[in-house]
Amino acid sequence: MKGLIGEFNLNSPLLFVIAGIIVLFVMAQSVFFLIKAWRRARELKISAAVLKRVAGASAVFTVAPAIAILMGVFALTKFLGLPLPWLRLSVLGAVTYELPAATIAANVLGVPVSEGVTNAQAYTTIAWVMTLGIISGLIVITIFLKRIQGGIDSLKKRDARWGQVFIDALFLGMISAFMGLVFADIRIGITGWIPVFVMLVSALLMLACGFFVRVLKVKWMEDYALPISMLGAMALAIPITNLLG
Amino acid sequence: MNSSYSQNIHTWGRIWCSLALVMFALFPAAVSAFYGAWPNGLLLLQGLAGVVPIYWTVGIIEAFTFSPMLGSGGSYLGFVTGNLSNLKVPCALNAMEIAGVKAGSEEGELISTIAIAVSSFVTTAIIFLGVLLLSQLQPILESKLLAPAFANILPALFGALGVVFISKNWKIAVAPISFMLILFIAVPSLADKVSILVPVGAAIAIGAARIMYNKGYL
Repeated sequence: MKGLIGEFNLNSPLLFVIAGIIVLFVMAQSVFFLIKAWRRARELKISAAVLKRVAGASAVFTVAPAIAILMGVFALTKFLGLPLPWLRLSVLGAVTYELPAATIAANVLGVPVSEGVTNAQAYTTIAWVMTLGIISGLIVITIFLKRIQGGIDSLKKRDARWGQVFIDALFLGMISAFMGLVFADIRIGITGWIPVFVMLVSALLMLACGFFVRVLKVKWMEDYALPISMLGAMALAIPITNLLG
Repeated sequence: MNSSYSQNIHTWGRIWCSLALVMFALFPAAVSAFYGAWPNGLLLLQGLAGVVPIYWTVGIIEAFTFSPMLGSGGSYLGFVTGNLSNLKVPCALNAMEIAGVKAGSEEGELISTIAIAVSSFVTTAIIFLGVLLLSQLQPILESKLLAPAFANILPALFGALGVVFISKNWKIAVAPISFMLILFIAVPSLADKVSILVPVGAAIAIGAARIMYNKGYL
């Protein structure tokens, strides 16, 4: 299909430029919120050393999940080219959402997901479906967050201790759903237990880190306990799978 | 919380998020306009019909579930930068733990915002480098050798995270974890719907916590 700028191409420079502008916009938003939060934290006498530790630990923790997200980009690239998956998985999207959404849209259009989209209209339809399909959370946050936070604040004002228990319960609700998910395949046999063993290894590594930090006073490890446990368990998933798979 | 930060955060958040909504629509709109290839309305609606019922529900539920944990700044940023349950929320929880601050406090909100911003930079940088080095990296990351490591990223994340938070609040954790274990073992096909089950777990945890709180067990 020919448009204002010629033949449609999944990896055309135009698509990279538009995606790049949007990624830069979101980076600008991140810089804005980072500066505001950092300044306010300093006003509240949170030391710069603590903030730097938080930033460093967050950066290190992000590496492994970000590589998994990058693999989501690779998975979509053959079908949608580079710019759209790059954009969607750098900002707004989620690796658990983009592939199903793109697949559903492709099925409606009768386009195979195993090869690159060649038709511009099919591509834009998929891009619109992927965009409009995930936008609800952001709309709710934009319109209602002030009210939601007002509700949480008034809950805490009425009973501060219950307010804290309420938020702890929210964490545990999320964690319990993902921990339950790990057991979803155990009925298929020993291979279904692999994720359970990996989770246990990760938990044991975290306990070992706790021992190093609290008993042996290896203080630096406190900031990196989560990425150490996570990467260690991912590495050990390889021999566990080879042994049981 | 009555600082200029807490007074202004919703104004800043609403402006940035409104602009972000426009920016996100810019990609499909610009491509449609440049190629003169606007979607067929019926096909677009059919595509949306397959996506919207589940993912709008998930999005709305995530907004109510995650925002009390992330605080205002963290939520305005997190919902724009994406990848919440697999990255930004665990990252924020870890950061608050390291800084020794409570979620829901102003300090917790600030630490969560800083963690999400940094995580967003690192994710963007890694994906950018990955896209640049696609041909070199793809065979390594998709190799048979590394496949089990990436197949188990969620168990590896939630095992370590679980130990920290369950050990601190094991009484609250018993009910939702027991429920989720039974549910997923009985109905494995729910694995695809884990996002919808997050608020179910939260509701069970809150219900159980309220009963124990009223009886003085917490």
